[in-house]
Amino acid sequence: MADYIVDETVDITDVVCPITFVKVKVALEELDVGQILRIRMNDGEPVQNVPRSCKEEGQQVLKLLCNGDGTYDLIVKKLED
Amino acid sequence: MAFSNEQLERYARHIILKEIGVKGQKKLLNGSVLIIGAGGLGAPAAMYLAAAGVGTIGIVDADVVDLSNLQRQIIHAMKDIDKPKVISAKETMEEMNPDVKVNAIQAFVSSENILELIEPYDFIIDGTDNFPAKFLINDACVMAKKPFSHAGIIRFKGQLMTYVPGQGPCYRCVFHEPPPKNAVPTCKEAGVVGAMGGVIGSLQAMEAIKYLTGVGDLLAGRLMTYDAIKMEFRTIKLPHDTSTCPVCGENPTITELIDYEQAACELK
Ligand SMILES: [Zn+2]
Repeated sequence: MADYIVDETVDITDVVCPITFVKVKVALEELDVGQILRIRMNDGEPVQNVPRSCKEEGQQVLKLLCNGDGTYDLIVKKLED
Repeated sequence: MAFSNEQLERYARHIILKEIGVKGQKKLLNGSVLIIGAGGLGAPAAMYLAAAGVGTIGIVDADVVDLSNLQRQIIHAMKDIDKPKVISAKETMEEMNPDVKVNAIQAFVSSENILELIEPYDFIIDGTDNFPAKFLINDACVMAKKPFSHAGIIRFKGQLMTYVPGQGPCYRCVFHEPPPKNAVPTCKEAGVVGAMGGVIGSLQAMEAIKYLTGVGDLLAGRLMTYDAIKMEFRTIKLPHDTSTCPVCGENPTITELIDYEQAACELK
């Protein structure tokens, strides 16, 4: 049912801002343009800020999935190197 | 090279910036800057570059720390009095950031050593306080095709410009030759507000960071002046006539480095 294949996953539930987005940027760096990153994050501040920061960097936010355990999976496609 | 968690935290505010990011921080860590002069300009420049994670920083100065330096040379403290400035500077930088390798060189720059000193570095900062050194640094950087940041401060005024080979005039294009000995007071005789070194030295550090990361426009072909009394920054576009400059022009007449004589009071 998923219309994408996750190439890499990064877990940022163990860190707080600004290291949350720093870890995302490092993970995106490792990917090629067109590849897809799943970011596991806590509810609250990360959910509010990380998707917006990804968009500001020129990446494409595909989906935000609620995992039902207080965490979310953000699916991001790398568009810019 | 992967970042450690400690590095991710240390450089978080750089990495978050779209213009710098992971790649830019790696460029800084792989970059090298030589700071000539560990005084009013060199002190803040060295500290910001060390904090930024510039991987190799060279610092050159022949002097020892004097109580009268502490009014503006914020890299040194009371405990450093009588210590070579470059050792004091190295200790401060290494305490700030263990990622940085500091090469402390206790020497006067001269026509004998300058080319060898600048050779290993990506970018040079002129933090000296006298005209002979400024012209020497300019000529050596032009000859060795090294980019450098010139700056000067006196009283409530400061100025800076950046030379990038092939991208505009050099310091000599603009100022031609040192003024006659004793015609212009040094900052020792004229005085200078300590924070002036912070303003202008920090701008020099910014130019080095931008050069190393490739971000934005440098002060190449432009002279920036700062008047703290009027609280005015001005940027003047500099003409570049490649036919006339004796060092960076098409037919250079200065092909060897010159040790201009210093005013007696600067020799101490
Ligand atoms: Zn020139």
